[in-house]
Amino acid sequence: MKHVLAALALIFVPLSLQAEEVTTYMLDNGMEVVVIEDNRAPVVVHMVWYKAGSADESEGVSGVAHFLEHLLFKATETLEAGEFSATVAANGGSDNAFTSYDYTAYFQRVAADRLELMMQMESDRMNNIRLTEEDILTERQVILEERNQRTENEPNALAREQFAAALYQNHRYGVPIIGWKHEMEELDMDDVMAFYDLYYSPNNAVLVVAGDVVPEDVLALAEKYYGVIPAEAQLPPRERPEEPPHRAERRLTYVDPRVSQPYLIRNYLAPERDAGAQQEAAALVYLAELLGGSPFTSALGQALQFETDTAIWTSASYRGSSLDETVFSFAVVPSEGVSLSEAEAAMDEVIANWLADEIDPERLESIRTQLRASEVYAKDDTQGLARRYGAALTQGLTVEDVQAWPDILQSVTAEDIKAVAEKVFDRRRSVTGWVVSSQEEAN
Amino acid sequence: MLRFVLIICFLLVGTTARAEIDIKQVTSPGGIDAWVVEENAIPFVAMEIRFRGGAALDLPGKRGATNLMMALLEEGAADLTAQEFQAERERLAASFSFRAFDDTLSISARFLTENKEEALELLRKAIIEPTFDQDAIDRVRAQILSGIASDEKDPNRIASAAFNAAAFEDHPYGSSLDGTVESVNALTRDDLVIAHQNALTRDRLYVSVVGDTTSETIGAILDALLGELPAVGVPDPSYVPFGLSGGITVIDFETPQSVALFGHRGIKRDDDDFFAAFIINQVLGAGGFESRLMTEVREKRGLTYGISTFLVPKFHSEMVIGSVASSNETIAEAIDVIRAEWSRMAETGMTADELETAKKYLTGEYPLRFDGNAEIAKIMVGMQMVGLPPDYVVNRNDYVEAVTLDDIKRVAAELLHPDELHFVVVGQPVGLESTE
Repeated sequence: MKHVLAALALIFVPLSLQAEEVTTYMLDNGMEVVVIEDNRAPVVVHMVWYKAGSADESEGVSGVAHFLEHLLFKATETLEAGEFSATVAANGGSDNAFTSYDYTAYFQRVAADRLELMMQMESDRMNNIRLTEEDILTERQVILEERNQRTENEPNALAREQFAAALYQNHRYGVPIIGWKHEMEELDMDDVMAFYDLYYSPNNAVLVVAGDVVPEDVLALAEKYYGVIPAEAQLPPRERPEEPPHRAERRLTYVDPRVSQPYLIRNYLAPERDAGAQQEAAALVYLAELLGGSPFTSALGQALQFETDTAIWTSASYRGSSLDETVFSFAVVPSEGVSLSEAEAAMDEVIANWLADEIDPERLESIRTQLRASEVYAKDDTQGLARRYGAALTQGLTVEDVQAWPDILQSVTAEDIKAVAEKVFDRRRSVTGWVVSSQEEAN
Repeated sequence: MLRFVLIICFLLVGTTARAEIDIKQVTSPGGIDAWVVEENAIPFVAMEIRFRGGAALDLPGKRGATNLMMALLEEGAADLTAQEFQAERERLAASFSFRAFDDTLSISARFLTENKEEALELLRKAIIEPTFDQDAIDRVRAQILSGIASDEKDPNRIASAAFNAAAFEDHPYGSSLDGTVESVNALTRDDLVIAHQNALTRDRLYVSVVGDTTSETIGAILDALLGELPAVGVPDPSYVPFGLSGGITVIDFETPQSVALFGHRGIKRDDDDFFAAFIINQVLGAGGFESRLMTEVREKRGLTYGISTFLVPKFHSEMVIGSVASSNETIAEAIDVIRAEWSRMAETGMTADELETAKKYLTGEYPLRFDGNAEIAKIMVGMQMVGLPPDYVVNRNDYVEAVTLDDIKRVAAELLHPDELHFVVVGQPVGLESTE
């Protein structure tokens, strides 16, 4: 028996922000390779990320990026439909895929010595899928059922769709990832293959391998399987329609009898993390924590859940990972007997007071410590690290940006946070949404 | 201190990968048992604490007390108000989670090496000295009531509530551990104090610790953290047989997609045939894309996005259940296919190829689970809860391998009963009506 005992190859200095062991390569055909070493267990996560998501779709074919993701589990020149996942399972592994606005990614989690087989199969379906009309018809039913399950049966999801569509006036972030139902129903072979032929190519893909591997070995395998696939010469530059200046705030009420608890949201357009320019995004992370991160210690939680009985739940959230302009969100679930307009006024008052006051240095340091610690905890989750790199590299960031991010977060000052708050909280660039079970609840 | 060094091996087509996990069994001076894995690559510790019993220990008329009690542990303790407690936890960058399940109460903690003494002292206050302040009770009660109201309009929750009520009636399993609007509104501070004394007791306790620590120091830590808990609590509820017979219950709900929950009586975790049943369930409906139900209902017919089945060996009953969602127009066809697959497995078992493929997956996947401190801690505490020894991690794949095709055929006939399947369907299904 061969001994592959887990060895501790990495030395971590307690609580330092030292980045994980990452090695990067670029194949001759333009495919980026990221290797993250973690030798604690003989496991590897193999992921291929395409810089193509729902926001890269053409008008009229919403949902095609996600539909294609499903169809990549059908036949290729060398594999039968379903054989990909069956082979992964027969090797003790698991596999899946996911689609977002900015990327589509495929991954397998297997014993480290199965990596070559995964690369062989994943590289095959980058160029060689063979779909039938039957596949299109049956799988289209599956994605419609998926939309039923995730969206049509979920009033909160239907409300979110309406709010996003109102926030983005020109950008495809206003169109749901899974697609509008009426367009999904019409998706056909030509739509799917047009997206596949253009975007599924090595020069539009990022390979991320994380786990018990040696970077040089990963490179050799990547060259053997992915390096031989020709680059797509027609790959267009990734330019998307930009938002025009927003001149009027939007207010929506979504009525659905299946809503049990009325609530309100406020979404503002907000800057995302950009390569070499992540400071504003870092300040927004603090802003969300200070205003609505924890019900116990945030401004909204303290004022609306503790000092008064205005809300049973409050939150502020921000996700900086996005290729284009992203969203800063508030949510308030009012207490019984408090109307949505009272709750909204109370929320706005808390925000206004917060802007007028000094930031409590103790709270700021507490958030700083938590962000530092989250880097320690993140190292326990190799697949999470792999996702972090894959998402970043398909959303316009570099490995250097990912590794600089923790330090940038540590360097945020109270002034940075106040400045970004003043900039982002512009009601003309916002949507306020009320979600109710009847029109009376909105009065 | 007992010590087992376990090498988990797995063989796949001629090569071997192996992970080493060194589980140390520790008993504290005060008599608290724990399993410990020392892993100092990352400067933090993951600790998993379980209390066997769970929300099923709610006293008659006090449904929801255990759940509300657990939710309140982080809402004020000893000299700290809820806000002070949370501010302190955030300052230490520790994370604690307190959750109630039917059979189990779970406390998960994660804290940094650099301030572990302070983090453990804070955790001790939450577990031993919760204050149950009236304003915290009222605030959290309102959140739970909001959740109960939500569940009443959620098709999946409506289905599970109806299914459990019909299957287990007055037993705690027959109702949601959240309680009802009436029972939750009626709970007093005294009820919560009693729930705390009844459910968080040393005779029900299981602990695992993984991370940047040493087994030598754990005994003292456990005594300080948990030693002040009462020795014993209330007795368990009695065994309850699965009481729902075959048929269909349709619950009208205006929504485009019907959801169905289905099942019948099951198999105990300590049954000699459990592994055969485990493999049968895997091939029938638990194996993701590779399961027969996924192939027939989704891949061939496009009737659903997902379907899965589960063996549910609870402590006081057991069942086999499944769930599926399909448009109102197609749910009836999905149910026909499920019944047919249930019969096919019950009558003919599976092929040698299917058994071999399932074994390869199950034995190959098992060692991959041990890939992080938090994961290992959860697996270890789960093993203790169902009475498995540490060397189970080494032998478990042998138990899977030992199942024969004859076992499968025999156990499938004993486990699966198409006539006993009851479907609770929530939606406006076309062509389906409730049976008598």
